[in-house]
Amino acid sequence: MHDKTLTELAAGLRAGEFSSVELTRAYLERIEQFDTDLNCFISVARERALASAERADARIRDGSADALTGIPIAHKDIFCTSGLRTSCGSKMLDNFVAPYDATVVARLEAAGTVMLGKTNMDEFAMGSSNETSFYGVVRNPWDRTLVPGGSSGGSAAAVAARLCGAATGTDTGGSIRQPAALCGITGLKPTYGRVSRYGMIAFASSLDQGGPLTRSAADAALMLQAMAGFDPRDSTSAQQAVPDYSGQLDADLRGLKIGLPREYFESGLDAEVAASVQAAIAEYRHMGAEVVDISLPNSGLSVATYYVVAPAECSSNLSRFDGVRFGHRCEQPKNLEDLYKRSRSEGFGAEVKRRIMIGTYALSAGYYDAYYLKAQQIRQLISEDFRKAFGQVDVIMGPTSPTTAFAIGEKADDPVTMYLSDIYTIAANLAGLPGMSIPVRPVAGRPVGLQIIGNYFQEGKLLNVAHRLQRESDWHLAAPVGF
Amino acid sequence: MSLEQSDVENIAHLARLAVSPEELEGVAGDLSNILTLVEQMNAVDTGGVVPMAHPLHMAQRLREDSVTESDQRDHFQAIAPETEAGLYLVPKVIE
Repeated sequence: MHDKTLTELAAGLRAGEFSSVELTRAYLERIEQFDTDLNCFISVARERALASAERADARIRDGSADALTGIPIAHKDIFCTSGLRTSCGSKMLDNFVAPYDATVVARLEAAGTVMLGKTNMDEFAMGSSNETSFYGVVRNPWDRTLVPGGSSGGSAAAVAARLCGAATGTDTGGSIRQPAALCGITGLKPTYGRVSRYGMIAFASSLDQGGPLTRSAADAALMLQAMAGFDPRDSTSAQQAVPDYSGQLDADLRGLKIGLPREYFESGLDAEVAASVQAAIAEYRHMGAEVVDISLPNSGLSVATYYVVAPAECSSNLSRFDGVRFGHRCEQPKNLEDLYKRSRSEGFGAEVKRRIMIGTYALSAGYYDAYYLKAQQIRQLISEDFRKAFGQVDVIMGPTSPTTAFAIGEKADDPVTMYLSDIYTIAANLAGLPGMSIPVRPVAGRPVGLQIIGNYFQEGKLLNVAHRLQRESDWHLAAPVGF
Repeated sequence: MSLEQSDVENIAHLARLAVSPEELEGVAGDLSNILTLVEQMNAVDTGGVVPMAHPLHMAQRLREDSVTESDQRDHFQAIAPETEAGLYLVPKVIE
């Protein structure tokens, strides 16, 4: 049962081959069997999941079921869930039970999905390897000595290990696409504003976007359909109709123009990863697509720009964690300043503190123009590069990550080297564009991701392009040995 | 850009973080390395470029000036470390 796609699971539920309760029990058993080792989950909601599966079965019986009704999924622990701890991977929120549900959680619940639990993540989504989590590292199911990527590493590893049907994630600089690539699954970061940020704990508000991690593009279409849409509770939610994503999956690709930015294939990219990406692009040529060389001249500056914009926004967003209203509070504070300083220093881990301090510095008097304003100007240039490119091509393709999954501990002590793992993903966040990662030919048994970037609100096109490759190839069907 | 330990102490104070004397050197090194990465930006002439604060060109949405939320104080304060009579408690601020 656990090896089926969402479409197959939905068909099995409708046909009465199995019930949602049986399916939920099967996934809960797999979590029990494998997760002590993998550590994908921070919280497992056994009783709540079974109760929700019973309600889903009733809906299936009475004919009021939607496409995802009865399907067990997992939420990244950054989405608030009332009545179930939302830790954001941090000691700061180890005791935090949100008083409300995130819109993404509420929408997927209304669609009838069953929440199995909350997945592990880098602390406050700050990391590219899942090693900054207060709850310990997640192991990559393809090789347990490797990282799963991050920050949505628990979600990616759980989907790859078939511990849930699909999972939610968030992507501020690559946190859906990079772990999807490193775990051999499909991940989609929608256009900024497409999916509501309400109840999604904020890291960098002008970059954060929620999206699905799934085993196929067709599954991602079903998940995005349920997640996307205008939300009056998010002031930056896009007031734009949500198209029928599944209906566009099979559209013909003849004449599709694919842009390959030369900057994405230069030094720094592993040669074997490049060969896998090129092999996938050759498939698109066979399908009748036209490949065009393009340039994104400012893309080399995206990491530098991001490490001003994201920390600046994070230093502001994370000022709310003060030990007063919720979250961790230090023992016996001497005075108010001591309460703030000790609560925050005890509650946050090293990477979060680093980013808060970088952001504080970049925004401080006398440095604002040199850092924050400069970064916003380069953000404009990066965005204009894409605007020009999409005048020429329909989608842009390249690698998701410069390497395959690296060893746990390999980059943990060197923040700057770690930051460069996101070199190809960050630009889409700065511009606000949608991006996907889908599995292509692995290198030495380690998954490789092809990144597809589209124009604003072109998620349907991305899913179509990804799905057509998945119809013609079986890279996305490979499962890690033993799962 | 190289930060001194005194710079780190100042930034940490602004951010209301405590950095212990033993950690100062390591943190100063890490932050300096990140700032060196960031300073790649200086290679680009950005004169006249309009800063981009946000990816979408959207206007701030306004709503009717009417009450849309109910009073949920007790619900929200249930997760607070310390409250009394509907108030959040902190150490004494005024002597």
